[in-house]
Parts: sequence; C-alpha cells; structure tokens
Amino acid sequence: MNFPSDLLYAKSHEWVRKEGGTYVIGLSDFAQDELGDIVFVNLPQEGDSVTMGEAFSDVESVKAVSDVLSPVSGTVVAVNEELMDDPAKVNADCYGAWFIKVENVTEEEELLDAAAYEAHCAAEKE
Amino acid sequence: MSSYLCSTSDERQAMLAELGMKSMDDLFVDVPEEVMIKGPLNLPNPKSELEIRRTMESLADQNVRFRTILRGAGAERHYIPAAVTRITSNEIFVTAYTPYQAEVSQGILQSIFEYQTMICELTGMDVSNASVYDGGTAAAEAAAMCRDRKRSKILVSETSHPDVIGVIKTYCFGSNTEVVMVPAKDGVTDLDALKSLLADDSACFYVQQPNFFGMLEDCGALGEAVHAAGAKFVMGVNPATLGVLKSPRDYGADVAVGEAQPLGLPLSWGGPYLGFMACTTAMMRKLPGRIVGETTDDKGERAFVLTMQAREQHIRREKASSNICSNQALCALTASVYLAEMGPRGLAEVGQQSYSKAHYLANELCKIEGIKLVHSGEFFHEFVTTLPDSYRVLNALELKGILGGLPVKDGVLWCVTEFCTKADLDEAVAIIKEAYGK
Amino acid sequence: MKLIFELSKPGRGNQVLTPYYSPLASREPEIPEADIPAAFQRKQAPRLPEVSENDLSRHYNLLARRSFGVCDGFYPLGSCTMKYNPKINEVIANLFKFTDIHPLQPKHTTPGCQTVYALAEKYLCGITGMDAMTFQPAAGAHGEFTGILLIKAYHASRGDAGRKTIIVPDSAHGTNPATAAMCGYNVRSIASTPDGMVDLDALRAAVGPDTAGLMLTNPNTIGKIDKNILEITQIIHDAGGLCYYDGANLNAVMGVARPGDMGFDVCHLNLHKTFSTPHGGGGPGSGAVGCKDILKPFLPASALGETASPQSIGQVKNFYGNFLVVLRAVAYLMTLGNSGVREAAQTAVLNANYMKQKMEQAGYVCAYPGICMHEFVLDLAKLKKETGVSALDVAKSMLDHGIHPPTMYFPLIVHEALMFEPTETESREVIDEVCEVMAGILKTAYENPDACHTAPHDTVIGRPDETKAARNPVVRYQFDA
Repeated sequence: MNFPSDLLYAKSHEWVRKEGGTYVIGLSDFAQDELGDIVFVNLPQEGDSVTMGEAFSDVESVKAVSDVLSPVSGTVVAVNEELMDDPAKVNADCYGAWFIKVENVTEEEELLDAAAYEAHCAAEKE
Repeated sequence: MSSYLCSTSDERQAMLAELGMKSMDDLFVDVPEEVMIKGPLNLPNPKSELEIRRTMESLADQNVRFRTILRGAGAERHYIPAAVTRITSNEIFVTAYTPYQAEVSQGILQSIFEYQTMICELTGMDVSNASVYDGGTAAAEAAAMCRDRKRSKILVSETSHPDVIGVIKTYCFGSNTEVVMVPAKDGVTDLDALKSLLADDSACFYVQQPNFFGMLEDCGALGEAVHAAGAKFVMGVNPATLGVLKSPRDYGADVAVGEAQPLGLPLSWGGPYLGFMACTTAMMRKLPGRIVGETTDDKGERAFVLTMQAREQHIRREKASSNICSNQALCALTASVYLAEMGPRGLAEVGQQSYSKAHYLANELCKIEGIKLVHSGEFFHEFVTTLPDSYRVLNALELKGILGGLPVKDGVLWCVTEFCTKADLDEAVAIIKEAYGK
Repeated sequence: MKLIFELSKPGRGNQVLTPYYSPLASREPEIPEADIPAAFQRKQAPRLPEVSENDLSRHYNLLARRSFGVCDGFYPLGSCTMKYNPKINEVIANLFKFTDIHPLQPKHTTPGCQTVYALAEKYLCGITGMDAMTFQPAAGAHGEFTGILLIKAYHASRGDAGRKTIIVPDSAHGTNPATAAMCGYNVRSIASTPDGMVDLDALRAAVGPDTAGLMLTNPNTIGKIDKNILEITQIIHDAGGLCYYDGANLNAVMGVARPGDMGFDVCHLNLHKTFSTPHGGGGPGSGAVGCKDILKPFLPASALGETASPQSIGQVKNFYGNFLVVLRAVAYLMTLGNSGVREAAQTAVLNANYMKQKMEQAGYVCAYPGICMHEFVLDLAKLKKETGVSALDVAKSMLDHGIHPPTMYFPLIVHEALMFEPTETESREVIDEVCEVMAGILKTAYENPDACHTAPHDTVIGRPDETKAARNPVVRYQFDA
C-alpha cells in the first residue's frame, strides 16, 4: 500500500495536498482498496461550502455507498469532473484522482503524516 | 381443509418430534403470553375451491360491466390483444421474484431491458426505470428528482388529473415541500401565470399532455418558460397517444412520466396499473427504482443485471431519494408485450382512431341543442361538454349499458378510444337525444 | 438470445384493430379520419418491434424459460415469503366482472368490488388487531410511507411540531430508514443486542420529546420474536411517540399474535408475501395499511372517487390501490378461514425450525441460537475464513442444483449472512433434499473451493460483471450499434 510522504491524511481516509492556500483532497489508497471497484462518484459543485468532518461526496461500489468527509471547512473552487465519467481512476490512481480543491479554509482537522497514517490504517485493519 | 400445505398433520407431528417438541405451541414459547390470540379470528370457516369460486363469481356478478365505456379520466378501456393476456399469464412470469439472482433471471431482466427501451422510444428520453406504482406516484417521484437545496418548490398545472395532483401534494407533505398550483385558462395552462409564478426557487413544473380535460397544451412554450427560469420541465403523457403525438423529448422535457394502463392493462377498478418514468442522461442518477443494465458474463456473453443499485434504499437507506422496492414488473411486462404485438403502426392506429372517434362523438353531441364544447382549443380523445340535466342523461345511458362521461366542474368529461365503433357512438347519441325528448 | 428488437423486420406485424383508416382497407372508413394538427404530430415513429405473433410468442416463452418462478423450485428468500400462489386466485382475478370495471363507475354499479374491500378490511383487521384499513398503497414500502405519514399527520393535528425523529433498529430493512427520510424525519438508528433484539437501554436513551415514532419488524429480521415487545411499545408511547409495525414477517404470527395487541398503532401488510398473491417478477404487490382508531381520520382517499375525511393525508396513489391483488388475498383468506391462517403460520415456523436444525446438523452455523420463527440466518464467516468461500459463493452454488438462493447479506448486522425462509408450502422431502444439497456444497467448499468461487456452471449465463454495468450504464437497446 502506497502512502506518499508529501501528503497529509485524515483518519477518515482522505488525503490532503496543500498548494499555497489551496487544499486538494482525495481518497487514500487504503480507502479505495477497502471500497473495492468504485462505480460512481457524487461530487459537490464549485462554489459549495464544505464543513470539517461532514460529507462532501460519496462513492458508490456495486453493493455499497460510502461518505467522503471533508478534513477542512472552506469553499470548493474546483471539482474533478473527470471522475464522474471515469470513476475507475480512483482505484487505478487514487493520488492523481483528486476530488475537490478548497480555498478560504477557516478550520482544518489535525492531519496525520504518512507514517502516522500508515500506523492508523494498520490498527484499523486489526 | 387446505392451507396449501404440503405436509399432513402426521408428518408435521413427526417433524415436531425431531425438534424435541410435542405441539405447535412449543414453537411459540418466545411470544409473550399477553399477546397470544385467545379466541377465534374475524374469519369464516375454511372454504373449498368450489365454494370460493361460487362466492367470488357471485360477488363479481354484482358489478355492472358496461358494454360501452365513454369515460376515461385516468383509466381507459382500450382493446387488449389476446396475445397479451395469454403470454403474460405464464406461470413463471407471474410467480418469479425480483431478479436479484441474475444467472437464473435473465428472462425477467431482459424483458425489463426491452421495456425500458420501448419507454425510451415512446418518450424520446434516454433512460427509463423498471416501473413505479402508477401515473400519480410517477409524477410525485419525478418532482422529488428535481428538488435540491436551492430549488425547492414544485409547480403543478391545475389542468392535471386531480388524483395526480393529490398524490404530488401528499408526497410533498411528506418531504415538507411547497406545491404551487398554476391556474388554467380555457382548459389549458395559463402561460402568463406560469411565467409569473416561476422563480429562483422553482424546482420544476409538471404538466400533462393531453391534460385532464383532454386538451392539447402548448408544451413547447411551457417548456421554454420553465427552462428560462432554470427549472426542470416534467411532462405527464398518455403512452397510447405517443404513436402519433410529439414525444416529451420533442418538447424539451427533462423527465417524462405517465400512466401506462392504456397499454394492455385492464381497468380493474383502478389497479394494478403501471407508472413509467424516463429522463435525460443528465438526471439518470436521480431516477428512483430499479434499472436493468447490459453487461457481460464471465465468458464474455451478453448478460443483464439490476444496476446502479447504490441509488436504492437497500444500500443508501435514509439517504435514498425514494423508498421504492416492489414495483409493477408484471404490468411492465404486459405493456411490453402489448407494444410488441401492436408495433409502431398498431400504436399509431390506436392514437389515430381514438382521436378521430372522439372528434366524431364531440361533433354529434354538439348537434344536440344545449350541448357544446366547454373549451375552445384542440383536444385529443377526451373533451368536456356541457350536458344539461346530466344526472338524468347519464342514467339513461347507464340503463342501456353505456357508461357516459364523468361529471366534472364545468360539464361532463368524455373519453373515446379505438374500442368503440361508430354504432356504439351513434347509439349513445340517440339515447341522449331521446332523454331530451328529441 | 436475441432481443425483441433484433427479431424485428420492417413491415411485419399483426392486424389487431379493424383497419379503419389504412389504405389497405377495402371499405370506406366508418368514421372520417380526423387530422391531428401538425403542430402536435410526431415526426418520427417510435422504433417499436415489428414482429409476427408467432415470433412474439416464442420470444416470451424463451424469456420465461430463462427465469425462475415459485413453480420452478424451492425459493427460500428470507423476508420475502415466496409461498405457493394458488391457481384459483388467478382465475378469480381474471373474471371480466372484476377486470373490466372502471374505477369511476357510479358506486351503485360496483358493489362487488366494494364488498371485496370491506371483506379484506374485516379479515385483516381481525388478523392484525387494527381498527381500520386502507388498500391504496401499492407495495410494502408504499405502505410504510402511508403509515408514517399517518403518524406525521397525527402529531401535526395536535400541534406537536417538535417530533422530528423516527427510531429504527440497525437490523431494519432499508425501506424503513428510507421511508422515514421521505416523510421528512430524521432517522435515529439504535443498535441491537448481541442476540439480535432491541436494546432496551439504548431505546430508553434514544427517546425524548423529539420522538415521532418507532418502526419495527416483529418477528425481526433475524427471524426472532422480540420478547420485550410490550415494554418496547410502552417506552415509545410514554415518550409520546407512536409505533409502526412492518408487516414483512407477519407470516410467522398470523392467527397466533396480533400487532395491535403488541402495542402497535399502525402497520402495513405485504399481501404479496403473507397472503399468497404472486410477485410478478417484482410487482405488483399491495401494501395495505391498518391503524388504530386514533389514526383513522388521517387515512388516504382518492380525490376523484371518494370523500376524504377533512384530516386525511390526501392520497398516495390514483384511485383505490391494486384491487386485483387485494381480490386474490381475499380469496386466499376465505380458503384458509379461521383455522387455516393459524395453521399456515405454525407450519411456516415448523418448517423453518426443521430446516434450521438440519442445516446445523449439516455443519452450518446459525447466527442466532434457539427457536426461530418463520426464517433463520446462517452466518458463513467461519466458512469464509477457513476456505475463502463466501455467502455469495454458496448462494451461486445453489443455482446449479435448481434451488433459488436465500436472501444474501441481510440483515446487515451479520456480515456473511444467508437468510432462509422455507414457508409453509414446502414438504418435508423438499426441505430434506435441499439440506442434502447444502451439505454437499459445504463439503465442496472445503475440498474444492474454486468450484464454489466459479459457480454457477449450469445456468444460461455465468456470473455477470456488475462493476462494468454500473460504471458504464447501458440501459436501453442501441439501434445503431
């Protein structure tokens, strides 16, 4: 399982890449593996606000649907609409397949670095 | 007497013994004593099949089956081809469950896929679901599809079927959604009123073509106004007219729904009927209910499955947009067999004949003094006329085995389908003349 | 096999109607053809199939052969009650004086239809312990929607606006939380105890001034009757809420115990489960709703055909519901009568316990020990851990033996669940044979798990690719492809 060290991670299995004031958010390798084949991604719209700890998206597999939680509060400035047409990208390249970009971030949860997150996943797998 | 059990009481006793039990009561020891039924039920003694047959036939005989029916208002007597009745009474179709096990349900799944395709062809839409309960619930579910946080109000034309309006209102009572009625003018939706009622918070507008009064609405203009306001355009259509009339897609509809009872389903005192729902690809993920999709099996052969199930209640639970589970699958099968038996020419003939015969009756009725059309626009196969002393006239028809039009606010709503012959219509007209002493 | 569109040939078809305006007609049309105004006319005909009646007949017969009905074999779908569908009911539901009756005929011309509903109400109120009933709901979920709206209207009529939550156990069918949400309620899910019952402490902690009601299935979805049922309904009533009974599992207790006596205020029945009307490949059903007198003023009524009480929730469906389905159920109830209803429930429970014991003897593990009601849940977690063979693999293996699999992966609180409901209309021999087959599948799972992973082998298709279907939906025939 791959956990790039230049990213930060939420305990609920989202990754975050900070690009200046912009937060790029996606689903971790652990999450996509647990979910199995993802068949659809529901995304918010540009301009929507997201709230820390609340769902901003959900991903569907054939027999399940899972919320994707936002690690930050802020405003959605970009949405990766490519995922609507090709949800398989989340399985194939989860760190390339970002979901949303958020700006005007007012709060963010305590995020883990790659090593801490890997330990968190290992504990959850137990 | 039989409870359709396969085992004899001796066999059941032996099975109890294998469980280490003496009597059936031992199976129910977990049921609190206070709730156990002590006395007899509110049921008669068991009956033999012969007795049931006689009892039910005598109940049926109490109903009046009209020779000629000139009443529609959401339930129409069309001709049902013999092939439809015979094919759909196949025991396997009748007794199968929902096709969750695709490997042994390819027949049911394919029949639904074919049904979805036919509904898409009739409506011009991209996607159809596998059916909902009826035309009213289809309209209410369509309204729910269009609602979001910013757009929450549902606009409904007053020219819609009163039961459909009622169902939409009940569903909206559930979801705490406001319903705004758009008034009518001369039997059709008042376009100016619609324009003034449309706002930033309008989710959609629902209109029927033909409408409850049988009138043909200017759906092109209505749709344009709705889209100009950024709302969704939902059309209720009668599928029996779609062999000849423009499709909802032709009018730019986002969602097309309707009552498909006219497609081979008997009147049955109101049900079971068939609600169909179809929409654009853009709204596909919001469509409620089951949807069958094509795929391949592990050998690469074409196969059909229930798909996009993560929309549905058994997976999404309280976040599902609808709770629908059982639908009207056998009725959808019936509609498909009907459409395949009739073909494109047969369906066009149903529409053309209904239209022509309705216009003939309207013409003949209006030759009688005191009867005239209430609305001035174009109608299809239903129309409202004045009918002085309507109670007595309808009664005169009834005595001769004819169900006349339905009394509505401004007169009487008549319906004519291909089922009626010229002789039937002439007879009705003669009886009405006689009732007026002419 | 081909799709009906692939059988279509231009010009083929059947002359069903009198060729009234066709140029082929050798006589003058009876009534002049009226011109539909061009502005409303369709330019392009729908591409409906053009097939001969013989082709049509064979096509649908082939589709039937590629399907599986109760008439084809054992159908133990848990919570679905796939009992035998009596033929006499079909004959009665095809009588013209029932099928050819218009819903808006004058009342005095439909006494037979009205009597059917009156009898159905009388019989079913007797079985449920309710005071009144509506037949407008077309299916179980539709009945739930109606019942919860009755509760909503009740609270509203009392000006009790703060009740915004419906409590639902985590073992509930998905329709329960979905229904509550459709009715504008928040859903509060409460955990079950390890033996699958409502956790009374959790329930007490969950109720409050915001409680509108509780939705409960009893026997519950693991096939057990909740011993504390009177206490459960009391807790809800004490908090000012009402209790909704999901009738999915009534087959276990009809004629034995009544929801009305358990403290429920409103319930729905699945006439297509408990009362033997056929499932039709997914419908039509009937979700009759019964209620106590306090909810009666809120019952639905058709705008066109009936006079509603001023407090009615309105209507949930056009006209009066799926009449022909209710008709079949009445014929069934008359056949069974007073003694038969109870006997059916008892035998359903007997068959389930007999089968459960046989399955345990065969080496399967039941999720919950002890006597079950009309259905029981196997837990295949151990099998999966030891062999890799999942509940899905076992279910698919059953298909090769002509047995319809049970309900899979439900209830959600058992992870590798298979839920069996044999119903009362199966004989001991059939159950014995099925249990032998199941023992064989278990043996195969340990000896040759791959045979289970790749099952079924003898069906018209192998396992379909559901991921492909969901990722790239193809939901209609493509004519140009």
